[in-house]
Amino acid sequence: MSNILVYALHHEGAINKNSLGAISTASKLAGELGGEAHVVLVGEDISDDVAGSVGTYGAAKALRVNAPAGVAQPVVDALAKVAGDGDYAYAIFGGGLLGFEAGAGLAARLGGGIAVEITDVRVDGGQLVAERPVLGDSQISEIKFDGFGVVVARLNAFEPVQSGSAVAVEDVSVDLSDASGKVTVVTRGEQRGADVNIEDAQVLITGGRGLGKPENFSLAEDLAGAFGGSAGVAATRAAVDAGWFPYAGQIGQTGKTVAPKLYVGLGVSGAIQHKVGMQSSDAIVAINKDANAPIFEFADLGVVGDLHAITPALTEAIKAKKG
Amino acid sequence: MTKIVVLVKEVPDAAVQKKVGADGRLDRSGEKTLNPFDTHAIEAALQLKESGALQVDEVVAITVGPAGAEKALHKAVSLGADRSIHLADDALAGSDVVATGYALAELVKRESPDLVLLGQQSDDGQSYAVGAVVAEYLGWPGLTQVIKLDVDGTTVTAERQAEYGYDTVKVELPAVLSVGDAINEPRYPSLKAIMGAKKKPLEKLTIADAGIDASKVGAEGSKAKWQSAKEPPAKAAGTIIEDEDTAKTVEQIVAWLDERKLI
Repeated sequence: MSNILVYALHHEGAINKNSLGAISTASKLAGELGGEAHVVLVGEDISDDVAGSVGTYGAAKALRVNAPAGVAQPVVDALAKVAGDGDYAYAIFGGGLLGFEAGAGLAARLGGGIAVEITDVRVDGGQLVAERPVLGDSQISEIKFDGFGVVVARLNAFEPVQSGSAVAVEDVSVDLSDASGKVTVVTRGEQRGADVNIEDAQVLITGGRGLGKPENFSLAEDLAGAFGGSAGVAATRAAVDAGWFPYAGQIGQTGKTVAPKLYVGLGVSGAIQHKVGMQSSDAIVAINKDANAPIFEFADLGVVGDLHAITPALTEAIKAKKG
Repeated sequence: MTKIVVLVKEVPDAAVQKKVGADGRLDRSGEKTLNPFDTHAIEAALQLKESGALQVDEVVAITVGPAGAEKALHKAVSLGADRSIHLADDALAGSDVVATGYALAELVKRESPDLVLLGQQSDDGQSYAVGAVVAEYLGWPGLTQVIKLDVDGTTVTAERQAEYGYDTVKVELPAVLSVGDAINEPRYPSLKAIMGAKKKPLEKLTIADAGIDASKVGAEGSKAKWQSAKEPPAKAAGTIIEDEDTAKTVEQIVAWLDERKLI
């Protein structure tokens, strides 16, 4: 029992970067366990090229299941079927909403265990040990499994590594469960609001719920304007869900991953779902009136105070400095 | 005529300093409160009832947890749930998310509701997973991280943010939906409702009462085995400025940025 299953999320002909990271990680771990990484893709229109490309990230097999994409139940059906037909001890998911959802369903169906938000996995004594940061990442707990183990990575924790070449695609026929028949995707990947580019900005001013109201995004825009050409404005999930900013400008778990030279958070609490999308920024500055906000745990410069007073003054000071 | 079950959890109050115990799991002692995300699930149930979108007869709050966890249920009924159920049993201690989801599913089966709602994550464990586990054990469709839901007959149309943008998904009832904090603004309970909450029926069950298989719960029945915790690699602490004089604060920020050639 040493092979590892990996679920590869895909959309519009491309495999998700976090899934590729999961494949590379599974391939390395499976090698240490004396097994292989086998990748399952679920969808109705997956080309041979896309499915077979998982081999270039270390997968030994690409297993394609013709079933609806975008919801968890068919993924659980597919992975449970494959797991039942072969020798598998673990399944690894690259994170994201479907990773959590399908991973949890699979663990329950197979009577196994699940570990989520995993930042690292190693082999110890012939089994996997998963590392789970807890309490705002101030501690790391380790999790082992008794029976089938499901590992769901934290976003961006597992890096894709190219190794190997494309593999032949095997089609696997799966009988879908009743629950799968009761879920239908109406629209997927809808972009709401204007198309803004936050991934190329060198300076990113990010607005959170602490801005108080949508009009106050002008504070962020003015500050970005003071920095000049390569500066942009982004938002947290909370601000986007409130309708204050377009989805394309959202940083975090269900948004973009950014790594600017300078990140400035205005009224951003710094929840872990946000942190995973911006922690690689070179310098992190936070202005927030709540001294207990998690962002102060990882900001390089934390300013505890009223952003509504500080930000306009900062904008003027930077303008003056730049002349 | 329909019934909604809301699954709730008691979590350490946000103001309590949390720590990890010797067993690598969170130490959940100290002041407790209803998981904030669960208040959104209760609000969603009440809005479905009050809007007439569903002909709801009853909203039932259910929790699994040690003695004392009924405080979360008191809050749930003070917000508007009609009655509550508390599963408490020493055999449950150390249950992982799959074991907890199994126990919750057994409690849901006794009620046979049309809809199960819960908060998408707990303030303490943050596993996002229990809703999907409950759905799996029930054999029902489940959706997590829902931020908008509409009901038409026995079909729920739900929206959520997934990996590529907003997804809209239809599910047939009965179903299990976990909700995010963007779905609504929870109401505050009135003083009268808080006083009246203690009069609403609270049923206390053991695992034997609920027909739960003891071998599938507790530390023994859990397949995810938490080991001891360790310290993460040390990271240089950041600079903190407490703003007392805005002009001076801004001067300090500009100097800090200038030193790093960020302006």
